[in-house]
Amino acid sequence: MKLHTLSAHELAKLLIGREVSSEELTKKLYGHIEKTDGEIGAYITLTKDIAIEQAKKADKRIKEKRDIGQLTGIPIAIKDNMCIKGVLTTCGSKMLGNFVSPYNATVINKLRENGLVFLGKTNMDEFAMGSSTETSYFKVTGNPWNTNFIPGGSSGGSAAAVASDQAILSIGSDTGGSIRQPASHCGIVGMKPTYGRVSRYGLVAFASSLDQIGPLTKDVQDCAALLEVISGYDPIDSTSLRMTSPDYMSFLNKDIKDIKIGVPKEYFIDGIDKDVELSVKRAIEKLESLGANIEEVSLPHTEYAVATYYIIAPAEASSNLARYDGVKYGYRAKMESADKGLLGMYENTKKEGFGMEVKRRIMLGTHTLSSGYYDAYYLKAQKVRTLIKQDFDNAFKKFDLLVTPTSPTPAFKMGEKIDDPLQMYLSDIFTIPTNLAGLPAISIPCGVSKNGLPIGLQLIGNYFDEGRILQAAHAFEQSTNFHRKKAL
Amino acid sequence: MPKVSKKDVEYVAKLARLRLSETEKKAHAEQLNKILGYMDKLNQLDTSNIKPTSHVVEMQNVFREDVAKPSIPVDSALQNAPDKKDNFFRVPKVIDA
Repeated sequence: MKLHTLSAHELAKLLIGREVSSEELTKKLYGHIEKTDGEIGAYITLTKDIAIEQAKKADKRIKEKRDIGQLTGIPIAIKDNMCIKGVLTTCGSKMLGNFVSPYNATVINKLRENGLVFLGKTNMDEFAMGSSTETSYFKVTGNPWNTNFIPGGSSGGSAAAVASDQAILSIGSDTGGSIRQPASHCGIVGMKPTYGRVSRYGLVAFASSLDQIGPLTKDVQDCAALLEVISGYDPIDSTSLRMTSPDYMSFLNKDIKDIKIGVPKEYFIDGIDKDVELSVKRAIEKLESLGANIEEVSLPHTEYAVATYYIIAPAEASSNLARYDGVKYGYRAKMESADKGLLGMYENTKKEGFGMEVKRRIMLGTHTLSSGYYDAYYLKAQKVRTLIKQDFDNAFKKFDLLVTPTSPTPAFKMGEKIDDPLQMYLSDIFTIPTNLAGLPAISIPCGVSKNGLPIGLQLIGNYFDEGRILQAAHAFEQSTNFHRKKAL
Repeated sequence: MPKVSKKDVEYVAKLARLRLSETEKKAHAEQLNKILGYMDKLNQLDTSNIKPTSHVVEMQNVFREDVAKPSIPVDSALQNAPDKKDNFFRVPKVIDA
């Protein structure tokens, strides 16, 4: 049996029934990784010793029928910006190339407590800044459907690992679409929960008012199960939501009769790929045939989202990344005789430790925050952020969910946009608005383009309403076959 | 007129403690101008009566009780230090004699 191709909920049955052990499953996955990851490049670090030990512990739990969760014994891949104690956390950067985490992120502790097995750390755009995983210092990741194409980004390694069956589940982080866009490009499910739903403690900070951790999975049921494991209030993350998380599994297998779904007209613009438009329109018809009430809605400030985001996110990043100064951890530049002194050490460390895209965002953020420009850029962007949030608030007075394409195009070719930052930024146009508003959203597979690349459908929900998103996503998925299509 | 000159790039790089080569300065000036030009779009909107949003979830300062709790041990905190001496991070000379 090809164990690695199964979903977590299918495997959980085999594990609980003791037809398969977690150790056997984990070893199978490493065997598959060995065969395929040379071509895909999903992982930066493999944590085989830890994984085998965790798998043995999970098997013991299952044998003794003790603390068995829905995902106990299931192997998972972790984006390389989340800290696992004693393991490298590179963030895809030379700057953190030798950084061994001295503590666990809260999500890592939650996954451990639930008995999941850590396969390794996945490739990503440097400091999560990118939409293609090409800005990683270490390697590029190929899209498992066609390795000449990008897997999306910044959680490209996590998405590619799941899509190529090199992991059963994975977690990523989403600041402007970094879970949903790669999920869309790799033909899997990816969810960004409501801002604050999942603790950010131990997630390397990019843009703190936007960052959110979430699941990347083979289907919606796995997404619900993993979200249930990782979400919840955390006293050591001051932006964590003080509310208990609902039982997400209870939203599955429900019909969607009379659910009101809005179709924002601003998401069907010139320049949207024809295959994407067709697949998404068919998906909307499918939702309607399942009983949902579909109606057009306007989010008039959508076109300002990219400009707003690329002021706010780099501004926050320029502040967050100031800590990489070569003093406490990470890379430090070798001192040349002409460059003695602390200032020279700082400047050379950042020059040598950061890649081009990270430097560009630090420059952009420092400029828009600098004296004389703050009001014109940063404050202006914060005000437009209010308008974008109000658009959604108004829409959710009438609708339960909104439906859009996840990305205006399927995956693009490697190298196609890397030298044109603005074109790269515009590829996030449909995912950015929900980060600015802090809303939850999912991407699920809804089609394949003429050249054989997956297309994603985005469902956006109101604050704290992940349950209803999962309900509609599951209903759609169960009446279609897109999630069963395999890349390899 | 470009929004950002080479001199502006040098000033911002200095604020960011970032050393740039001549080629990088030129590239950054060019790209920042292109990107900031795109940002001008926001000026189409009248925002004079709009409050800024810095954070989407309404939250006041989040405090905890002022009680000491265990923290990372010194040797773990120093394990990633590029240079250290005893219980300290070592850095290049800060003040010239």
